[in-house]
Amino acid sequence: MKRRLLIALPYAWLLIFFLVPFGIVLKISLSDIALAIPPYVPTMKDGFWTMLSGLDLENYAFIGAGAVVAAFAAVALCVVMFNIVYPRVRRALVPDTPNGFFDTAAAALTALAVALVNVAVIVGVLALLLPQLRAFVDIPDFLYFAAYLSSLKIAIISTFFTLLIGYPIAYGMARAPEHWRPTLLMLVILPFWTSFLIRVYAWIGILSTEGYLNQFLLGLGVISEPLTILNTNAAVYVGIVYTYLPFMVLPIYAALEKMDDSLVEAAEDLGCTALSAFWLITAPLSKPGVIAGCFLVFIPTLGEFVIPSLLGGSDTVMIGKVLWEEFFNNRDWPVASAVAVMLLLILIVPIVLFQRNQQIEREADR
Amino acid sequence: MRRFSWFNATALTFGFAFLYLPMLILIIYSFNESRLVTVWAGFSTKWYGELWQNEAFLDAAWVTIKVAFWSSTLATVLGTMAAYIMVRAGRFRGRGLFSGMIYAPLVMPEVITGLSLLLFFIAIGLDRGVVTIVLAHTTFAMCYVSVVVTSRLVSFDQSLEEAALDLGCTPFDAFRSVTLPIILPAVISGWLLAFTLSLDDLVIASFTSGPSSTTLPIKIFSAVRLGVTPEINALSTIMILLVTLGVITASLISRRSALKAREDERKAMGG
Repeated sequence: MKRRLLIALPYAWLLIFFLVPFGIVLKISLSDIALAIPPYVPTMKDGFWTMLSGLDLENYAFIGAGAVVAAFAAVALCVVMFNIVYPRVRRALVPDTPNGFFDTAAAALTALAVALVNVAVIVGVLALLLPQLRAFVDIPDFLYFAAYLSSLKIAIISTFFTLLIGYPIAYGMARAPEHWRPTLLMLVILPFWTSFLIRVYAWIGILSTEGYLNQFLLGLGVISEPLTILNTNAAVYVGIVYTYLPFMVLPIYAALEKMDDSLVEAAEDLGCTALSAFWLITAPLSKPGVIAGCFLVFIPTLGEFVIPSLLGGSDTVMIGKVLWEEFFNNRDWPVASAVAVMLLLILIVPIVLFQRNQQIEREADR
Repeated sequence: MRRFSWFNATALTFGFAFLYLPMLILIIYSFNESRLVTVWAGFSTKWYGELWQNEAFLDAAWVTIKVAFWSSTLATVLGTMAAYIMVRAGRFRGRGLFSGMIYAPLVMPEVITGLSLLLFFIAIGLDRGVVTIVLAHTTFAMCYVSVVVTSRLVSFDQSLEEAALDLGCTPFDAFRSVTLPIILPAVISGWLLAFTLSLDDLVIASFTSGPSSTTLPIKIFSAVRLGVTPEINALSTIMILLVTLGVITASLISRRSALKAREDERKAMGG
């Protein structure tokens, strides 16, 4: 009895304050805008079935949801084919330990054939889907679709730069003397606890036209005209790399820290150069940390609002910013809700991949 | 032996310079005499004095601290319960949904959480104010708390709890006198995490706050949109120093409790 009560309290809390609000977003995304307050016309007032038959997909059509759904289907298809179908078929057809030349050649050919069939299936399904989808991919307002694309682009590029900067830091930390490591670890975690807003704000003073960076470069004589960095996409990249760096460094450090150093020593004893030992041993062993770090940066960056609105310019469109403006400036709640639903749909693929990756990791650890 | 080469040293130097230089510049220029933030005109603490005179900031700071205190306390209670259920309650109906609801807010973009909660509060007719921000912050912070506490709960020896139950403790007594003291460091760091998350949050608070309940991040955000000001530099410096102090204290406490636990274990084994 008591146990049931213990479960009921947090369960009910999450149901009420997490799940139900989602239902409401979904419902409002299917409503019409009205000038009354709250600014939408509920469509459920005539009962559930009447509402279902009169569902209003206008908001979704307006934000170009068809194109997003099409892209989503294509990506999901590729992921399923390459991650699940292809390895299974290959395992079923190709023997694990080929004997002799002919066996090896046959195995290689079979694997190639399976891969080709796999690609053919993807192309075929997409070609079949395309005419149907084209009817939906009629984008009335290109702004929204451009926002999805540019969010994706910004997230991918900044994840890449975060990895580029974060990996050497994690590597240096893992190679540092043992008694330094707790301190170094705390130095990486500390900015994470410091206000996100303040850390983004710090860059405004640095990157602005009269900012510290321009003063410094002008003083050195490297440039003769101040650079325009603030209010461009470049500033957004800097801001994202800066604020999300700890998310990249920590998992990579965790992976490198567990690594057995004698493996690298063995490789070097066997004649590897330091660089090839890194590529052959360290890089593959740190891969789980790299993957986890990339997801931890990529997923929150997609929906980021603070960085593009403070550091970005008017041409920096990210989906989180669009949602915010749709809601607070245009007061179009149904469209804002539809944008939220689409953002969630886009996020499902990376989130599911991330969960899968984490699960594989946990199983490997056992 | 791990080698610490010049490459590692350079990577660490540049990496930490990148992480800390922007904040350091902010702190230094908060003591700048001039209103022109990028021109150094001598040392002065006048912006701190001016901040102290600014009623709007002080009010916002008070609202923020109130919200952070209540939401982190509620979130710690609910999050610890949730973690305990996930680790100890075994199978129950709807467990999958429950674990989904605990992990989902961690990856949910804040704009979506904020929007959905606002629409929910309007739908049930709750006036927006301190209460709605507390409810919103509790919801997403409890998930972080439960993750922190879960990692502690799975790593500790369950037989201690079973022993307490065998010796005649009620489940609640066993929790209070055995489990709680062991997971306490995690509970405290969960509370601290929830507190800072609430202190920092701009997006969810913007959606769920009313006209009379502006929090500090909302205030800072609207001021910052107009550019850099020395008052905001001073305010940021205070916040950075407070957080640094808090994190260092917390890590010292947890280090000491870890040492003490090891010592106790050693005594128990020896005696």
